[in-house]
Amino acid sequence: MEPSKLIQEYFRDANLPHIWCPGCSHGIVTRAITKAIDELGMDKDNTVIVSGIGCSSRAPGYMAFNTVHTTHGRAIAFATGIKMSKPELDVIVITGDGDASAIGGNHLIHAARRNIDLTVIVFNNNIYGMTGGQYSPTTPTDAFGTTAPYGNIDQPFDILKLAEGAGATYTARGTAYHTKQLISYISKAIKHKGFSIVDAISVCPTYYGRRNKSGSGVQMMVWLKDNYVDVKVYDKLPEEKRAGKFVYGEFYEQERPEYTAEYQKIIDRLRGEV
Amino acid sequence: MSNKITLMQGNEACVQGALYAGYRFYAGYPITPSTEIAELSATELPKVGGKFIQMEDEIGGIAAAIGASIAGTKSMTATSGPGFSLKQENIGYAAMAQIPLVIVNVMRGGPSTGLPTQSAQADIMQAKYGSHGDYPMIALSPMSVRETFDLTVRCFNLAEKYRTPVMLMTDEVIGHLRERVVVPEPGELEIINRTTSEAGVLRPRPYEKQPGEIVPAMSVFGDGNRAHTTGLFYNETGFPSNSTDNAKIMLERIFNKVYDNVDDIVQVEEFELDDAEIAFVTFGSTSRVVKAAVKALRAEGIKAGMLRAITIWPSPEKQIRELAQKVDHIIVAEQNMGQYVREVQRIVEGQARVQHYGRGNGDLIKPQELVALVKEVEHGTK
Ligand SMILES: Cc1ncc(C[n+]2csc(CCOP(=O)(O)OP(=O)(O)O)c2C)c(N)n1
Ligand code: SF4
Ligand SMILES: [Mg+2]
Repeated sequence: MEPSKLIQEYFRDANLPHIWCPGCSHGIVTRAITKAIDELGMDKDNTVIVSGIGCSSRAPGYMAFNTVHTTHGRAIAFATGIKMSKPELDVIVITGDGDASAIGGNHLIHAARRNIDLTVIVFNNNIYGMTGGQYSPTTPTDAFGTTAPYGNIDQPFDILKLAEGAGATYTARGTAYHTKQLISYISKAIKHKGFSIVDAISVCPTYYGRRNKSGSGVQMMVWLKDNYVDVKVYDKLPEEKRAGKFVYGEFYEQERPEYTAEYQKIIDRLRGEV
Repeated sequence: MSNKITLMQGNEACVQGALYAGYRFYAGYPITPSTEIAELSATELPKVGGKFIQMEDEIGGIAAAIGASIAGTKSMTATSGPGFSLKQENIGYAAMAQIPLVIVNVMRGGPSTGLPTQSAQADIMQAKYGSHGDYPMIALSPMSVRETFDLTVRCFNLAEKYRTPVMLMTDEVIGHLRERVVVPEPGELEIINRTTSEAGVLRPRPYEKQPGEIVPAMSVFGDGNRAHTTGLFYNETGFPSNSTDNAKIMLERIFNKVYDNVDDIVQVEEFELDDAEIAFVTFGSTSRVVKAAVKALRAEGIKAGMLRAITIWPSPEKQIRELAQKVDHIIVAEQNMGQYVREVQRIVEGQARVQHYGRGNGDLIKPQELVALVKEVEHGTK
């Protein structure tokens, strides 16, 4: 079968097939990013994709842009240096829930606070996939992980609330099932001037699914379909119908001075170019 | 044309040297006694169109600095003590991914928070072995303010030439010392810029060395190479490879680009060694003390000399081995509990007696102590 146009144009087909398990939805989220890039007509040479470490963070190796696979948790910090050094580049960060909100949590909140023009896509599967299913900061309370054999007693993060509180200026959540919406949020996040973040709910049937008896990848996708509702719909639901539902949608959008632009003003002032 | 002469602090000379070398990006986190490097970088970089950012911690500092270098900008990060420990993981990343970067460590007393305002030379082994895994390291250690300037320039040159992280291992004494400095004119010191690959060309094998190259040319972001950088073992395509055969080849390349070029990288100063019977091996600020001691000993007719490692890593093996043929007794003087002495012992292989002199409590070694020590050695009491 002839590979799709999207694959031919935006993927390094020599590196395929990918390492992800059957039923893993990280591939769907990766495709959503390239689809958004395609729709925006972005220049591949001018686009940089930076990731940390994890199953999700292996995505850039398959993507035909300037790509950097860094160290666990540090993708946003590496990306900060890239963006500062060359603000004309479009810099997208691919990260996992653990990568972004556990080991990399400090970089996440401070990049959000600076409102530096990065687009962060969190492949959020509520588990540490790569290391074999340990609980992450987004694993629900009472769920199981290899390090939560008696049920998780941690309270999970809402990564978007965390980012908004820290100063992010665009936040949205999509899911691997609701791809049309996911693509449009990623597209808006890329276009947004400032720190933008998309929480992309992904599924890990191999570790999260197996431990929590959530079924196959397909069954987990059906679960996403049945349990995630658009925030606009959710807001109109009567209280009793909201119970147990999860929301996707756009949550926050603001214009605020962007970090590299503010820094450029200092340079211009000092060099008398203003 | 006459050179500018000015009173300068060691940390300031580091920043001025970096600017001279063409650095345009600094990222770090403040810590005594390195903070002036961050402060002066914040002041000076935007004036030349460069960028400064104070990150949320040292890990972020080195990560951002590596990111800027990957994007094509000469970059630097500086730290001390605990901050040096925090940078270690990404030092290994830069070594593995072959990213030019200058890391400055203005050493202070440790372990832990230790002695924030006292000098030490106790991160010598950490400089070489601090990150996990096998990798080579280039580290230079200045003994004066002017040399801090020169060696910072050299750190950038070596980093770019060999596509590798390079350390400037200075200390509180040199960092905060103020000395009269003759500032080099533009063009006076050599500046090496990285070799970059041709713009607009997709390179299927960006890590394949072309004839005449020491290291493969680097891709520049935005120039159309669209390369991949990773800390996993990669093959010549730049993409990960699990093959142990490939890992062997890549590891050897990372090592050999340094060890095949030690004659280019290693610099030493030999002081009164021609007829020496007893010699000091030392580096950095302690060399000042040793030099004074050697002069005092010579004044009394005792044939002492000094070998100063300007390049501490890779260590000057050839020079130390030659020294061991010449003298019976080597004293390794360093501000720590005994670190570089182990490297010297390894190289000397029993060809001369090797002894350590130093301490790690921040109390600087004094020339009189070294004079007394040599006399005791001469009288056979030590
Ligand atoms: C400093 C460091 N600590 C731990 C690890 C091991 N490790 C690799 S990936 C990972 C978790 C990844 O989880 P997540 O970010 O959610 O990505 P996923 O694999 O689920 O996509 C961990 C703990 C590492 N590589 N580096
Ligand atoms: S372990 Fe989980 S996250 Fe990793 S590839 Fe497999 S399904 Fe995906
Ligand atoms: Mg995960």
